[in-house]
Formats: sequence, structure tokens, C-alpha cells
Amino acid sequence: MGLQAVFFYLFAFVAVASAFMVISARNPVHSVLFLILTFFNSAGLFLLTGAEFLAMILLVVYVGAVAVLFLFVVMMLDVDFTQLRSGVLEYAPIGALVGLILAAELIIVLGGATFAPEIAGSGAMAIPPLTERQNTQALGDVLYTDFIYFFQIAGLILLVAMIGAIVLTLRQRDNVKRQDIAAQVARGPANSIEVVKVKPGQGV
Amino acid sequence: MNELLGSYVPIAIFLGLSLFIGCALLLAPFLVAYRAPDQEKLSAYECGFNAFDDARMKFDIRFYLVAILFIIFDLEVAFLFPWAVSFNEIGWIGFWSMMSFLVVLTVGFIYEWKKGALEWQ
Repeated sequence: MGLQAVFFYLFAFVAVASAFMVISARNPVHSVLFLILTFFNSAGLFLLTGAEFLAMILLVVYVGAVAVLFLFVVMMLDVDFTQLRSGVLEYAPIGALVGLILAAELIIVLGGATFAPEIAGSGAMAIPPLTERQNTQALGDVLYTDFIYFFQIAGLILLVAMIGAIVLTLRQRDNVKRQDIAAQVARGPANSIEVVKVKPGQGV
Repeated sequence: MNELLGSYVPIAIFLGLSLFIGCALLLAPFLVAYRAPDQEKLSAYECGFNAFDDARMKFDIRFYLVAILFIIFDLEVAFLFPWAVSFNEIGWIGFWSMMSFLVVLTVGFIYEWKKGALEWQ
């Protein structure tokens, strides 16, 4: 238990510190790298609570894809970050308000659990012991059968995201020459050469 | 719980070791390397030229489209892992629920293929 607590405080401290660095780093690329460090530490925290699958998905999806997308945007787009940063103090009260609301919600949830412990557990399913079913298996046992509607809705949301991304960003160019391999292969001497008899002195 | 976390001890050792080696390699030059700083060492090399412009510039949105499509299929694959692991438990309902999920995403895939989103024109 002692070692677990040490790792919890290590992960939690580094997560909070690097999350602070995300908003205070001067260089936006450093911000994204600190965000990746935050994701890694959150994955460590998930692991400590026994949510193995969630920890690995956090690494695969957020570190592997989302953070790379952020880095991509930050490094490539034509955004003047010094100008963007100049108004940051104006928005500090709004940020503080959001943080306050979030803190209040957390306090309500945790306080509710101490006053009425039976409510807190009513919505959740019991986690099977790790020796019987592993975390990923326990998730798979219920996700595709008991929660089939939510699963199908997730599929539809992914479909909408895919179509939305294509509709918003794809634009067809007219003046582009594209390679049509079938037409290229089917082309032969019969339909590409024309023999013309030219009479002397008259030209074609 | 403890045996689960115990299986991650090698990773913790590995991370600690790599942190130590990384910090050692960063710190060692400060202690032992010969230092003679000079302004010329930072300037462009003899026949090189100074940078014209900032590295940031407007670039094609299609790179972003490819990245977004990658994330969507990444998430789709993430749903496949628990399905594969508990395949024996969930029966035919679980099998067909995943099949219909895959059909929905295949519809999207066919749409993006036909629309030419995967083509680099």
C-alpha cells in the first residue's frame, strides 16, 4: 500500500504540475509536450485504480492521435501565438469561474457519497475481482450486449464525425490532372496514332 | 489488485532507468564538456542564407482531414479490443452488435473512398 501511495502522489503531482505548465509555457510546442506528459500521468493514475484498459486507451488514442494532431496544428498553422496570448489575462475570470464550477461539482459528488453512500453505488455495475475477470474482459462482457444501444450510438457518432470532417474540409479541384490507370493501360496504337497522307506542297 | 500492479513494476523500473540515463546525458556536458561560446557558432553557415520567413505558414487542409480520419479509425479499433478479449462470453448478440457497428463504419469508409477523401490529387 505504501508503494502505491508513493506512486499516486508522484503521478498526481506531476500531472498537476505539467497541466499548469501547459497553460503557462511560452512556447506552444512545449505546451503540447507538457500535455502529453499530463496524459501519461493520468494513465498512471488510471492504472493505480485498476482501470487498465482505460489507461492503455488513453495512451493509444490521446497520446498517439490527439496530441499528435495538436502538435500538428500548433507547429504548422499560421497562428500568431504571441498575439493570441496577449489577451490571456482578460479571460482569467472566466477560466476561474469554470474551475470553480467544476470544483463545486466535485465537492457535491464527493459530499453526496459521504452523506448517502447507497446512492453513489446504485448507478454503477460491480467490478468483478481481478483474479476472475480482467479489466478489458469485464468491459467487453457488458459493452456489446447489455449496453448495445450506447455501443451502436457510438458507431453512429463516429460515422457522423467522419462525414462531417469530409464535408467540412474536402474540396474538389477542377484543374488537376489525375492519373487514370485503366485508361492508361487500355490505350493502344489503334486509338492513339493517325496516319495522314500529306500531299507535297499543301501541308496537313 | 496487487498482482496487477506488480506486473507493471518492470515498466516503472524501465521508466526510472530511462529518466536517469536521459538526465545523466543532459547534465554530463555541463560538467565535463569543453566550452567556448561564440556568436558565429549560432549564425548561418558561410554559404547559407538567413531565414526568409517564419516556419509557420498556411498549409493544405487535407493533412488535417487525413489526421481526423486516422483518429476515427483509431477509436474504431479501440472498440475491437474488449470484443476480441471476451468473445467467448458475449455470444451471438455480441457478435452481431459488433458486425452492425462495423457495417456503419464501413458505410462511412465507402463514402470517404467514393468522395475521394483518401486520394491525393
